[in-house]
Amino acid sequence: MNVSWTRVRAIIRKELREYQRNRSIVATMAVIPIVFVINPLINIFVLPAEASGGLSHAHILVYMLGIPAIVPAVVAAYAVVGERQQGSLEPVLMTPIPREEFLLAKALAALVPSLVISYVVYVLVLVAIELFANAAVAAALVQWPDLLAQLIFTPLVAGWSIWVGIAVSTRASEARTAQQLGTLASVPSALVFALIAYDVIHATLGLAIGGAVLLVALNLFGWRLTSAMFDRERLISGTR
Amino acid sequence: MSSAAGSSTAPALSVEHLSKRFGERLAFDDVSFEVGRGEVFGFLGPNGAGKSTMVRTLGTLLTPSAGSARVAGLQLRPGNGVAIRQRISIMPEAPGLYLRLSVYENLECFAGLYELSEPRQRIDRALAAVNLSNRTGDPCGTLSKGLRQRVSLARALLNDAEVLFLDEPTSGLDPVAAREVHELIDGLRQRGVTIFLTTHRLEEAERLCDRVAILNTTLRTIGRPDELRDQLFAKTLTVRTLAALPEPDRTLGGLPAVEGWHRDESGAYVLAVSDAAAAAPPLTRALVAAGADVLSIAESRHSLEDVYLQLIDEDVEARSA
Repeated sequence: MNVSWTRVRAIIRKELREYQRNRSIVATMAVIPIVFVINPLINIFVLPAEASGGLSHAHILVYMLGIPAIVPAVVAAYAVVGERQQGSLEPVLMTPIPREEFLLAKALAALVPSLVISYVVYVLVLVAIELFANAAVAAALVQWPDLLAQLIFTPLVAGWSIWVGIAVSTRASEARTAQQLGTLASVPSALVFALIAYDVIHATLGLAIGGAVLLVALNLFGWRLTSAMFDRERLISGTR
Repeated sequence: MSSAAGSSTAPALSVEHLSKRFGERLAFDDVSFEVGRGEVFGFLGPNGAGKSTMVRTLGTLLTPSAGSARVAGLQLRPGNGVAIRQRISIMPEAPGLYLRLSVYENLECFAGLYELSEPRQRIDRALAAVNLSNRTGDPCGTLSKGLRQRVSLARALLNDAEVLFLDEPTSGLDPVAAREVHELIDGLRQRGVTIFLTTHRLEEAERLCDRVAILNTTLRTIGRPDELRDQLFAKTLTVRTLAALPEPDRTLGGLPAVEGWHRDESGAYVLAVSDAAAAAPPLTRALVAAGADVLSIAESRHSLEDVYLQLIDEDVEARSA
């Protein structure tokens, strides 16, 4: 389908303005990573230099991809049901914007704070490791392949979580419930990265490429799926 | 799309046997009407009559259960949803504004959704039309209900729609603001905009609308307000005299255009007439000849509200029977 980027930009601009003025949403998004990294960081800080030998063969920092898996659920799950609750969904649906464009704009808007928070937290964690961890441990932990994986996979993982959150949002009748369900639905993705980090699933280049291709496909599928689930009639009238 | 588009003489709205059902509940049933281009068409009915559902259906938000319609020259079907929504504009009953955004930011978002060229000028023009040019920077959450209603109206004016659906546009407005909206609707009529107006304010419909339809799940009646009055109510002349006429049958009987008479509870003589203008002069002469002290001779006027209440009361009685 042909996407009107004017319409998509209109929704994105509106969403970003709303995020700016609704600090509680961004604050909630920022709190989740702190909870997520605090315990592993403390464990890293107390590791002795002898542990670095084992760490150099692992990919512990892949664990950090759990952040883009979980963080976007807060805003994504609010995307449709939140507008419905505040009564602003109907006027938007009365305009020429097709549901595919509306959902794409919502997803791209949710991606912006998700990427900012994920990358910023990652950088802060790296800085903390360099400052407070044993130098040998820090050298073993911070590996270029892991940094590259973080850079590439963060938008892909966040994108998939956003589509899951929006899918929940199109069907939920209450924003808070949608946010809880959206967060819950993103846990399996985070679990996969935890298993890779602790070498239960062995990280290889093939796995990375396959995973990236799979995530691209899942993102495209997510757009299609949520568009199919987006039922104007049910959202407006509450029936069907 | 061009093949589906109608000519400029085709009706702006054409609805044929349209029905909408939500499961077991019937919102409206077998409704047919046409609205001409440039016409202000009033859609009246009690709460739950199906008025807003009709607006949402014609606005492609809801799919009809049966029947067909053409909106702004396009067949109402899912494939035409975007094209129809480009040609129309809907002001919903609830403003549904983004309360954290300013008035201008709200309209800017919708100008983008309509892909308007020169959005700033269009926004300024719409805000000027509803007298909100001095409130552009105010967050919508800080506005009163009436001002939010005006922002919603400005939003509906942005895209210069061929057909403008106004769902209770003066709901929550004070009399001065309501009068401004009425003047705005008059201005839009002069520009040839077709307006589909749902309202509870019958005097508003009577004043603004070329024709009205009264809906109560089914379409109860449709026509010009004066036609509806004539259809439902007999024309009458009411005569008040200082004292009772000594021989009313002789005085009132047999007069031209007078079809009958009776005396009401207040003692006034109510004459059923076929033509008030033809009946009044000979009636006056007959009363003077009879030596009656005439206080007044008045043509009874029935308002649109009388028509509305008569039809809705009939429905209530029919359902209770």
